[in-house]
Amino acid sequence: MSEQHRSRIMERLRTGVPPTAPVESDFSVISEKQWPLSERLLRLRQRLESVNGRVHECGRDAWVAELQKLLAGRKLKALMYAPGTEVGDELDESWDRSDSALPALLPALEPDTDIRERVFQAEAAVTGTLGGIADTGSLMLWPTAKEPRLMSLAPPLHIALLDADRIYNTFWEAINQQRWAEDMPTNALLISGPSKTADIEQQLSYGVHGPRELIVLIRS
Amino acid sequence: MSQADFRGAASVAVGDVQLRGNFRRAMDGLMEKRAAQFTDADEEGRLRALGESIRSRSLARLPELLEKLEASCKRNGIQVHWAETTADANQTVMDILKNRGARTLVKGKSMVSEEMELNHFLEAEGIEALESDLGEYIIQLAGEMPSHIVMPVIHRNTGQIAELMEQKIEGAPYTEDADELCQIARKVLREKFYRADAGVSGVNFAVAETGTLCLVENEGNGRMSTTAPRTHIAVMGIEKVVEHLQDVPPLLSLLTRSATGQHITTYFNMISSPRRPGEVDGPEEVHLVLLDNGRSRIVSDPELKATLRCIRCGACMNHCPVYTRVGGHAYQAVIPGPIGKILTPQLQGLDERGDLPFGSTLCNACVEVCPVKIPIVELLLRLRAEANSPTGDSSVKGSGAKRDKTEALLWSGWQRMHASGKLYNSLSRVLAKTGNLAPGFMPPLSGWTATRTKPRFASQTLHQLARKRGVPDE
Amino acid sequence: MPDRIYPSQPESVYFYGTCLVDLFYPDAGMAGIELLKREGLQVIFPQDQSCCGQPAYNSGYREEARAVVRSQLALFSKPIPIIVPSGSCASMMRNRFPDLFEGDPDESKAVALSGRVFELTEFLVHVLEVDLVDLGPPVNVTWHGSCSMQREMGLREEPRQLLQQLNQVQLTPLERERECCGFGGTFSVKLPEISSAMAKDKADDVRRTGAQILISGDCGCMMNIKGTLEQDGAPVTAKHIAQFLWERTHESG
Ligand code: SF4
Repeated sequence: MSEQHRSRIMERLRTGVPPTAPVESDFSVISEKQWPLSERLLRLRQRLESVNGRVHECGRDAWVAELQKLLAGRKLKALMYAPGTEVGDELDESWDRSDSALPALLPALEPDTDIRERVFQAEAAVTGTLGGIADTGSLMLWPTAKEPRLMSLAPPLHIALLDADRIYNTFWEAINQQRWAEDMPTNALLISGPSKTADIEQQLSYGVHGPRELIVLIRS
Repeated sequence: MSQADFRGAASVAVGDVQLRGNFRRAMDGLMEKRAAQFTDADEEGRLRALGESIRSRSLARLPELLEKLEASCKRNGIQVHWAETTADANQTVMDILKNRGARTLVKGKSMVSEEMELNHFLEAEGIEALESDLGEYIIQLAGEMPSHIVMPVIHRNTGQIAELMEQKIEGAPYTEDADELCQIARKVLREKFYRADAGVSGVNFAVAETGTLCLVENEGNGRMSTTAPRTHIAVMGIEKVVEHLQDVPPLLSLLTRSATGQHITTYFNMISSPRRPGEVDGPEEVHLVLLDNGRSRIVSDPELKATLRCIRCGACMNHCPVYTRVGGHAYQAVIPGPIGKILTPQLQGLDERGDLPFGSTLCNACVEVCPVKIPIVELLLRLRAEANSPTGDSSVKGSGAKRDKTEALLWSGWQRMHASGKLYNSLSRVLAKTGNLAPGFMPPLSGWTATRTKPRFASQTLHQLARKRGVPDE
Repeated sequence: MPDRIYPSQPESVYFYGTCLVDLFYPDAGMAGIELLKREGLQVIFPQDQSCCGQPAYNSGYREEARAVVRSQLALFSKPIPIIVPSGSCASMMRNRFPDLFEGDPDESKAVALSGRVFELTEFLVHVLEVDLVDLGPPVNVTWHGSCSMQREMGLREEPRQLLQQLNQVQLTPLERERECCGFGGTFSVKLPEISSAMAKDKADDVRRTGAQILISGDCGCMMNIKGTLEQDGAPVTAKHIAQFLWERTHESG
């Protein structure tokens, strides 16, 4: 059925769409958005905070300690993480497993279990990011086999790690510089704050389907 | 209602004080938010010009880009289906579900699926299809149509939503706390995301170059619907394709800033393939259904094709003084407001919805904000001419269907009077003398005089005054 | 809207009265003519003029509109400006005539004419650069700019600039200055319920300003808002800007 539809639609389009002069697009209004690194960091931070994201800056090797500090009082039982990723390995190495005030580390994957079962139960998950976007206050994520898509979505608390030197000016700049078009992953995401809705009389509520809380650790 | 009737529905809606208040407040807020996003007129102008150029380019190269999109998707493992009509699209979805043995599905927000009336269709086939966007979920509970393309339940206030949820959701308490209402919905829907066999979504932009389907949302339900179930079916109108990946960021920026005044939405979800070997979540199969339903006809008209540049931001309705007073339901169409007034008659035909293009004061408030610069007023005027066409020979469906003999006679009389200086001069003098005697209680004047005094003819026309005062004639 | 390049002051101009001014507000038309004459212009008023065709055009009767416009094209053949005391008629002539005659033998005439069209306040401000001296008593007024004036002609500041030259006139802006009054030509009789609701809101807005006079540059809007105010017995009058400016600035006998 689809084949016939296809040929009829294409036929109509081929005969119908009038030839027009080539349309040029001038991207300068985006490409000229350029800020020095310090301002990119500031912008990203402000944008994220304006939509209820929480941002903490820390030294390159201090992020695990910072995270432990943040989670110490929260009575979480477990923190889901992705072993075998850069973030996961550093956590594995430095997490203080003796401190009972801290959640236990929970690997995202376990042989022969549906990830959905685990991740829908998880209270919190920590993931890495591919970088950030100053213009909109966004995190870029490319989930992987080791760090599945649902980790940044299902648990009520999502913690994301971002390297300050990977904050781009704009989304447009990021996809061009990183040459996304050459090889797109299964799923690429921009995340800009916790899940929210304003569907009920324009009142803002967080955590309607995704995380209620987003914590971003920026290390520089 | 057999024949949809904007005037009838609108005149009821306009008298509903509660409804009007709900819309006025909401639209005021949305206009303010958009204005706060575009404080730099130069940036706004250039970005809108860029948006327009991207969408125009997409339409100018539509056949080629659709083929490219199909090839890219196939290369990525996404299965592509083509549907000429909404019935074909529904059947395609059903066939996929059958193949996959799917009985339940969750849906992300999609205007095309509304156009298809997919939920009704699936229900009749015994499939449970649950809307998962909070607003869509609420109107599904109420059995209503969306009243706005971005905020489907904007016509109801919190109290009305609270009542509905208490009635329709087992065990739900009455609460007017928006957070609590969200959490009630979250609980119900979590369970469904987990168990659903399939997810259905729309597509905001489809990238030909990479075979990528882009979805814009705040809640995360779109990500859930396209990640948790084993099968993902995306439905889109054929016009939604764009050429390059780099075309996406400007459109995304225009969309979210125009729609709700956000720099960006919480999630921008780009899907390029089903789950790849080794990956542990995401659907095993991704299907893309490309729907025509009249679009290939629209795109072949050099003027009307601009309709298809639309990125469904809703700014035109937010700024529309008519929409603000009557709300979305009065349009009795999937897409209300200014864009609905030009799109619906083209999709359904002027014979069915030729009333819509006339429901506008042509005030241009929509044109001023449309992020892709659709000349909505020019297109309304064109469709009015099509609706009243004396010949009806046009590619627009139902051309000539609204032509009314009496009205046509009136206009030809008007023409005779105004195309001749002599006749005009003598008749206008007669009007100056006797025009005020015409009774105001007869239609069409009665519509005017119900709330206004009758306009009074002056005792002498400007022509007469000018002549008397010696203003030269040439 | 690209910025328009304005000519220097000509010796003579045409005046296009418009059908509403002709029949309902001829004093406004005369005032417009007087304002132009005072600046030293010769004003020509072709007696065979009637209507810009907009009512039929906006109602979807293009053939009828074209026939009427064709009869007008011949009346304004000299290469001098055509001044129109209405934003909406000016926009019809300026923006829609070329489209209406696309591919028609009269296309070049229509295009040429449209290039010479100026709305009255636009012409007073940009071409004549008038200086006004207020002779009237203190008064509180408000201004309603029509949608065509604001959004099709891009004239927001011009009328304001003229009114602000009058030092005894206090101009109180409407709260929803940019919102349509609901007239919309035949819209007001085809969808009277919505039109009335919009007019009512606009009238309420006018009242809230406390102004004694509502001033506009478009007779359709004026009729609509004034008719609504009158029906409610509101103590506000309405005046076309040409008439208001003329009455305030000329020595009467
Ligand atoms: S017509 Fe323009 S303003 Fe209206 S929804 Fe489409 S893109 Fe947005």
